[in-house]
Formats: sequence, C-alpha cells, structure tokens
Amino acid sequence: MSIRERLSGNEAVANAMRQINPDVVAAFPITPSTEVPQYFSTFVNNGSVDTEFVPVESEHSAMSACVGAAAAGARVMTATSANGLSLMWEVLYIASSLRLPMVMACVNRAVSGPLNIHNDHSDSMGARDSGWVQLYCETNQEAYDNFIMATRIAEHKDVQLPVMVCYDGFITSHSIENIELIEDDVVKNFVGEYHPEHYLLNREEPIAVGPLDVQPYLFEHKYQQANGMRNAAKVIKEVSEEFEKLTGRKYEFIEKYQMDDAEYAIVVLNSTAGTAKAVVDDLRAKGVKAGLVKPRMFRPFPGKEIAEALKNVKAVAIMDKADGLNGVGGPLFTDVTSAMVVNGVTDVKVVNYIYGIGGRDVRTTDIEKVYSDLQEIEAAGKVEDPYRYLGLKGGRA
Amino acid sequence: MAYNLKEAIKKPNRLSSGHRMCAGCGAPVVANAILRGLKEEDHAVIGSATGCLEVSTFIYPYTAWKDSFVHSAFENAGATVAGAEAAYKAMKRKGKLPADKDTKFIAFGGDGGTYDIGLQSLSGAMERGHDMVYVCYDNGAYMNTGIQRSSATPRFADTTTSPAGKVVPGKQQKRKDLTEVIANHHIPYVAQTAAIGNFSDITTKAEKAIYTEGAAFLNVLAPCPRGWGYNTEDLMIINKLAVETCYWPLYEVVDGKYTVNYKPKNKLPVSEFLKPQKRFKHLFKEGNEWMIEELQKEVDERWERLLELERMTNAE
Repeated sequence: MSIRERLSGNEAVANAMRQINPDVVAAFPITPSTEVPQYFSTFVNNGSVDTEFVPVESEHSAMSACVGAAAAGARVMTATSANGLSLMWEVLYIASSLRLPMVMACVNRAVSGPLNIHNDHSDSMGARDSGWVQLYCETNQEAYDNFIMATRIAEHKDVQLPVMVCYDGFITSHSIENIELIEDDVVKNFVGEYHPEHYLLNREEPIAVGPLDVQPYLFEHKYQQANGMRNAAKVIKEVSEEFEKLTGRKYEFIEKYQMDDAEYAIVVLNSTAGTAKAVVDDLRAKGVKAGLVKPRMFRPFPGKEIAEALKNVKAVAIMDKADGLNGVGGPLFTDVTSAMVVNGVTDVKVVNYIYGIGGRDVRTTDIEKVYSDLQEIEAAGKVEDPYRYLGLKGGRA
Repeated sequence: MAYNLKEAIKKPNRLSSGHRMCAGCGAPVVANAILRGLKEEDHAVIGSATGCLEVSTFIYPYTAWKDSFVHSAFENAGATVAGAEAAYKAMKRKGKLPADKDTKFIAFGGDGGTYDIGLQSLSGAMERGHDMVYVCYDNGAYMNTGIQRSSATPRFADTTTSPAGKVVPGKQQKRKDLTEVIANHHIPYVAQTAAIGNFSDITTKAEKAIYTEGAAFLNVLAPCPRGWGYNTEDLMIINKLAVETCYWPLYEVVDGKYTVNYKPKNKLPVSEFLKPQKRFKHLFKEGNEWMIEELQKEVDERWERLLELERMTNAE
C-alpha cells in the first residue's frame, strides 16, 4: 500500500534519501536545494537513518568527499543548485571518469551572474557533458520516483556513473503537492544493497584510484566511460519497467502528450511541461492539433525517441530554459535538431524559444503564443528566425 | 614503545621503490617514514593531492602504493580522504566491514596543494574532526609545474614566478606559518618535523598522528634538489641545517600544549642553511647582506615566539 502525503519536492527527495539510507551524504547549503540536507540531517540526528552526514565547507569539498566516499565503497548522495554545481565542476568530471555511482538532487537555479536565486536550467545544462546521467522531473512525484530509480541506474554494473536528478527550484522544490510515497521496506528492497566490485576499503584487495593516465590509455578509458553512458539507456528502461510493476507509475525516455495526431508540438523539460499540458488541452478543445514531448532524460540523450515522436508534426518549438550563449540556440534545441537530422526527420519546421530565464514566470498565455507562432510558421512555410525569446521585455533587438 | 631505528627499518616499505621521484627528493623519504608509523597489521587508505608525489607514484597501470590509494585533484585531498573516512565509519557501523580490523586514513599534499589551493579543503577536514592525518610535504614552491612561488616559499628565494631580478630580488613576502594556522584549529595533534638523524622524530610523530583519534596534521620539510639547487646527495644535510638553524623547528602541539622537541645547543646562523642552495645565491652577492640579516631576524623572532608558546602552554 502506498502512502498518500502532501510534500514539497525537496521534502519528497529527502524522504527518498531517508528510505534509501545511504552510507554517506556530503552537502553544502545553497538555495533552493538547502532543504534537502536540512531535512536529511534531521533524519540523521533523530536516528531514522545511520548515514554519515558530512557538512562540508563548500560544494567543491562536497563533491570531493562524495568521490572519496564512493571510491571507498559507500553508497553516496548529495544535493546542490546553480553556483554550487559550478563549484563542483572539476570534481563532477572526476566522479564520472572514475566510474563512481552516486546520486545528486540538482535543484535547478540560474547560475550567476548576476546573482539570481530563481529557476532556470543554466546549472544542469552547463554540466550536460560532464559524464553524469541527467533525469528531469515535472512534479514532486517524478522527483521522488526518479531519485529512487537513480540509485539503481547509477550502481548498475553496465553503467557505474553518477546520476543527477534535476527539478525546478522553488516551482517544484518548494511547492507542496499531493504525492504517493512507497513504503520504506519496499524502497529498501527495490534499491537493494550496494556491493561495489572494487573499493578502497577492501583490505583484501587494495586498489589505487585516479591515476596519471597518459597518452597510451586515456582515450580507451574515455571510450569505456562513453559506453557506460550508452548502456545507461538500456538500464534506465529496465529499472523503469520494474518500477512500474511496483508502483503502476510508468516512466519512459520521453513523455508524449497528445502526440498521436499532433500537428504542432513543443519539446519542454521539467515543470513548464505541466503549464504546457493545460494549454494543449485548451487548444485541443478548440480543434487545434497540439501536442507535447517531455524528455525525462537529457543524458543519455533520447534522440531517436524524440525524432520518432516529432516525425509527423508540421512544426515544433523546442523550449530552452537556458540560453546557449552561442549564437545559434539553447542546448535542448541543438541536440533535438541534430537528432532529427540524424534520424531522417528533415521536413518539420523547427524553432527555438529561450524562456523563463532567472525565474521569469511562464504563463499559459506564453505557451499559447508559442502554439500560435507554430501555426503562423506552418502557414508561411518558413521560419524567419529560429532563435527566439519568449517573455523577454521589449522583445528581441 | 620507544623508537628503535633497527626495528623501524625492518618494516617493509609501503611506498615501493621504482617510482619516478627525482634522486635527492625529500618527498618519498618523508612518505615512507610517515607510513612506518603504521602498525603492520593495519590497512591504510592513502590520498594525495595532484603534485610530484602523485604523478610519480601512480602512473597507469602501475602504482607504487601497497595500501589503497586515491587521487582526485589538486586542491581536495583533505575532502577526498575525509569522504573515504566517512564511508569507513558508516560501513563499519552497518556491518559492511570487518569489526575487528582497522583502516587508517592519510592524505599527502605538497605546499601548493596544502598552504594554497587546498587550504580550504584541509581546514574543513580538520575542523570537522575526521579521524585522519594530513601530511604536508613542504618543498616551498610549486615544484611539479616548474618551481613557481607559493605561500610556503621563504622570503627572497628565487623561483620562476619570483625570479631574482635586477629590481626585485626574489620573493618579497614572508613565508606563511601553516603549522600555526592548523594548530589554531584546536585539533588533538599538530606537529612539525623533518627526516633527520635516525628518523625518530618523524616516525614517532607519524605514529602519534595516525593513532590519535580525530584530526591530525603533520608539516614535514621535504627539500627539492631542482627547486632549491642543492646536490642530490646532500638531502639529509639540508634537512639537518634547516633544523640546526631553527629555520624549521621540530615541535608538536598536543591538545593545545606546545613541546619544542629539539633545541640546538649551538643555533647555527641561517646563512648556513641558505648557502648550499642556488635559490639563495643572490643573497651572498656584495651589497645583499641585508637580505640575510632580514631572514635571520625572521627566523629568530619565530623561534622565540615558539619557545614562548611552549612556556605559556606548559605553565602550571
């Protein structure tokens, strides 16, 4: 029997951590992820977990302690946001290249500067090539569920990579929603015990981790790491199917909403998908064949699935809550369009919208504008400017 | 048990030979002397900051370390080993590791990785009280990248980023006193040592540091023949001169109480320590006597202050 609760996203994730009872949690406070280590340290100090909580002096040390603990053989977790993730940068790459499983709650917030504590995706999007698996969550329920599944994905012998569970700062992290929690013992059984193959604390087999890895070897090691990421797709599928049997909640690589006969689609991550679904429903009631694709993961990138979902639409808007700052578009846009080309989907009109930067509110009227733009694009038969801004005051110069 | 050189050297080296450190380098001598402080039956997890010691002892697919070893980056040896220690505590509590066997945690870093870029990570690990020892092998500059100045570089020393030029004669700033910085973290054990004589001082301190519960710090002088410009066979002479001139006093701080472990009967002038080193060559040119005088004054002041700390903290 599942447990009906009302929890914020951070509370839900902290509860997932409590149920998993990891060996080590090392974290440093940063808005809006701070509550996760706060709730968790309460669990530690009240004895509901027997985790070693390491309240480090910075995020760089948080990730470094996670690396040390994971290499030692521990099941390890952390949480951060924005500049905290930026400070971890160097060590993110070390964690993935040393093939150390761990799970991070990445509570999405704008990276400085200037300083802004509100939600966009510039933090996790900047870390998209750090070798971490990235799962994205629309709701508190998804954050909770993905966090539990992430443990299994990270530790799978064919993956052995760290996983970032990304959910929107304040919108998801601090808003209270109805949620179904899984019973403690069911979570415990689902994640199982962690038994690493090689680890520092195995005195019977001392190992050395993190060598100087010069020209004859590094290339092959990076190839093996890339294979871990390729394998992650298969493992995510398996773990999600097992999770569905347990809970009835279905998770695929992408969620398709009203896509069967859609003519106009948007591709969007995280909480904005909720707003956009309401708009799709309204438009459908008016006879517009609107649809939505919500990738559940960004790394590994589900390019084939996204291209397949979009192959029959007339026009698609790819929504980025992080600007690429590259002169061509946001990170989701460049990856989706390249996946479309690679998979032979070339006669769909594509347009990119940068939206919600620094917590700029995204309303149903904004999303309606996107669908009406798509209809105009279809009517005009061309895209004048594929790199657009939504909700920007004064429009684009 | 009192230190006995004959017994101590019977212990097998835990850092095996065949590593790539330079002849005449202080660091591997220091590392092995420290590891001799471990009980033979105890396993160790050893971490290292990026630096000479790391890149010369663990080049894939070879390692010179007989214990478990971890390297992550330059500035995070403190936090990395702290993480491994946290894992040990948790896994032991949960019954995932044998209850009757011990693992000890030792981090090594050069002065670059310790005094400078890794200071925050070290400070955090010490303040949180992880049951570990952080060992700084202090060679007084960034040697691995080619002898650039650090905050451990002595005043006037010639380095590649503080060259002894026509206008500016070497490093202009005084050396940071890291041992004192860490002593002021009020951790149970802090010591400064060097590999001299029969290695009693360094190995005894290593054993104390390793087997004191909680955080411990050792600052160990580790001369560098390339950076300091001495003949490789003179390593032990340089160590001895550093101690006999009181440039590098041997002392320990146990629960806040200072003990100066060696007080030379005839304190040698600092010029004796400077003279065999090329990095101080310009100090011996005519007209530059004031630099040696300044350095002597600095050494004297620090030595007197240390003796005062010993008196103060041992007063009834």
